[in-house]
Amino acid sequence: MIRFASPFALRRAGIVGMNRRNVELIAQNNPRHLYPLVDNKLITKRVLAEHGLDAPTLIGAVRLTGQLRDLPAFLEPHKRFVIKPAQGSGGKGILVVAGRDGEAYLRPSGVAFGFDELARHVNNILSGLFSLGGKNDVAMIEEMIDFDPVFEGYSFEGVPDIRVIVYKGFPVMAMTRLSTAASDGKANLHQGAVGVGLDIATGRALRAVQFDKPVTTHPDTGADLTRITVPGWDRLTQLSARCFAATGLGYMGVDVVLDRQKGPQILELNARPGLAVQIANGRGMRPRIDAVEALLTTGSAPSSPDDRAAWAKEHIAPL
Amino acid sequence: MSAKLQLRLMVAVLLLIGFGLTAYKVVVLKFPLTPGEQEQVWTVQAQLRFTADGQPVRAQVNLPGMTQSLYVVDQGSAPRGFGFYVEQSDGFRRGVWEARAPQGDVRLYYQARVYASGGVVAKRPAPDALPDPAPFAEADVEAANDILEDAFRYSADNTGFALRLTNRVFNDITDPAVTTLAGDKAKTADRAALVVRLLQSAEINAAVVRGIRLDKSERKQSLATVIEIWDGTRWQVIDPVAGSVGMPDNFLPWQTGDEFLFQVDGAKDSSLTFSVIRDQISSRSLAIEQGQSKGVALINFSLFSLPVDVQNTFSMLLLIPIGALVVVVLRNLVGLKTSGTFMPVLIALVFVQTELLTGLILFVTVVGVGLVIRGYLTSLNLLLVPRIAAVLIVVITLYLMLSVIGYRMGVEAALSVTFFPMIIIAWTIERMSVLAEEEAMWDVLVQGGGSLLTAILAYLAMTNREIAYLTFAYPELLLVVLAVILVIGQYTGFRLSELRRFEPLSRGE
Repeated sequence: MIRFASPFALRRAGIVGMNRRNVELIAQNNPRHLYPLVDNKLITKRVLAEHGLDAPTLIGAVRLTGQLRDLPAFLEPHKRFVIKPAQGSGGKGILVVAGRDGEAYLRPSGVAFGFDELARHVNNILSGLFSLGGKNDVAMIEEMIDFDPVFEGYSFEGVPDIRVIVYKGFPVMAMTRLSTAASDGKANLHQGAVGVGLDIATGRALRAVQFDKPVTTHPDTGADLTRITVPGWDRLTQLSARCFAATGLGYMGVDVVLDRQKGPQILELNARPGLAVQIANGRGMRPRIDAVEALLTTGSAPSSPDDRAAWAKEHIAPL
Repeated sequence: MSAKLQLRLMVAVLLLIGFGLTAYKVVVLKFPLTPGEQEQVWTVQAQLRFTADGQPVRAQVNLPGMTQSLYVVDQGSAPRGFGFYVEQSDGFRRGVWEARAPQGDVRLYYQARVYASGGVVAKRPAPDALPDPAPFAEADVEAANDILEDAFRYSADNTGFALRLTNRVFNDITDPAVTTLAGDKAKTADRAALVVRLLQSAEINAAVVRGIRLDKSERKQSLATVIEIWDGTRWQVIDPVAGSVGMPDNFLPWQTGDEFLFQVDGAKDSSLTFSVIRDQISSRSLAIEQGQSKGVALINFSLFSLPVDVQNTFSMLLLIPIGALVVVVLRNLVGLKTSGTFMPVLIALVFVQTELLTGLILFVTVVGVGLVIRGYLTSLNLLLVPRIAAVLIVVITLYLMLSVIGYRMGVEAALSVTFFPMIIIAWTIERMSVLAEEEAMWDVLVQGGGSLLTAILAYLAMTNREIAYLTFAYPELLLVVLAVILVIGQYTGFRLSELRRFEPLSRGE
């Protein structure tokens, strides 16, 4: 039995729909000319570095096939790194090198492969195999994240990242998506990944849903989802809030991963973040957006990102 | 001025103009709002084409005459740089265009509205002399006599004689007498000429009448033939196709006997083509329109002033906004996912040509098989453009196979697969295949199903008689469609699908 809500009930619950997101949140806050800042990860990296925001360090970039000759010598000092397309989508085309065995490179699984395979992968990236629309691309080489073990046992495959929605510099909502066997290792909620809403004040799990139904344990690993608490939450929200000044995007998704030593690192930014975060949180985004707008019209809004994050913790989290 | 206010203002202006013009046409010009009972109304157009090289040109086209069942209204043709008048003398009418020094490729149009109601038929005078046919050659005399004697024996009067003779010449293809006189590969015109010659040699006045059989809309209409005879008291018409006496109801006579069909002096490479459009509009509304057509700018600058073949194109083009509106409603108000924004509209246009069920089966077959083959191409790691080019060739191959196999198996409907735009189909396959890889097969089914549902609804809207009539008779309603689409463009409320998606959140904690 398919159940429909009345539009009034959804409005009361403060849900933001797709049309409102497109017309009010994205079209009015994200000027088109800023999109390349986030769609091209190489530019994102530069912008983040200019503003001193934590992100995995860029080792180098391969722009031309000719540069492949110098690549082995260039990679010599780096034992662990990741190669990815600058304009890739959906996590495609990412090659992780977790170590060395003499001349050979090692995958995280321990399987060794030679430079020729690495070179072919870079070549595929350059020729646009993984980029949207098949445009020629650039291969980025960045340091591998030493993942914080906080999510161990919470994911079927891969390491989850944390998505923070930042509205005009205020972190308004956050979640993490855990892949499952049902989602085929993908982090898409509608395919069966578990969405965990995170309290914007504390980083603690608020609730978890799979296929729109509340769950308390991970369906594959059995780990207790209610016990998730993201460490270094203050730094994480401050970092997210700072991205506003760096990019100018008024409605943005900030994807953060946790490094064991360095703490939260910005993985990428998104100019069109989806609405699933509301389902994971079990509440609508609208009261929070309205609260930010109301604060901005008073003219007494905090101007520093850290103060905005602090204000959000105090005033937005309860909404 | 804020964007929102601008939009509201624009929408108000669009609605005002759109509905205002419609109201003016309905109230003042008395246009009907519904297509009404469908009487047969045709617009017939003759296109005269020639190449001029600066000499003074005088171009004449014989004009159609009325019959007992067809009423003809000339529509003033307004060619640029040419003077036009209708020359009328006993028994025939000609349209005459004249220009002092035209240059290059010239196209002149004559248009007439033809109504299926009694026309004013001028009484034709009796022939003033017996016919004077060219005698048959020695070798042909025997065959001619054979036909004449047979017709004479099996008839009682001139009309019966002519009918018997016509039937034999037209229908009995293997008749040795007929093939001797007209040859093995005689065309209709040759046979008609033979009939007239035979009749004349029997001292019956007869003439070939060429004209147009009004049936469905046709861009390139060819001339048909009937035969006219003097039965001693009046002129009678014999229809060789039906084998009957009397003017066929849908026959529009254009040229009789020795009259020329068209004649161009002072230019070369002249040709005359005919096209016919059958209107969906009631003859009542057209009568009004004709009455008003002098001096009312709204009508003089309306679609009806364009050449007929262009009108045919526009009647299709004007439906596309309706399809676009369906897509906008389904995507932004219902929340249906489709593959490609306006792909469903293009598919719906194809359905209009192929019929719905045939179109659906062909579409699903081509895209389904295409997806399987594209799935294999994935494993080859091809670059984007070569990949799509490969898919395109696969699609064309599928068209070919479907057509040949279908035709061989006697399923002629399979031939209409070629109506599907290949590039669009190739891109649809490509997009769905990427979707299957990145998301899941389920998403392909959702999007594919959404696209087809959208295409079917667009098809139903576009083939609706009332909608087709309104868009064609009131093109200003396009502005209303535009206004509705603009309003939806700023709609920030929920989509129907979201009432389901966010339903768990509405119950509160």
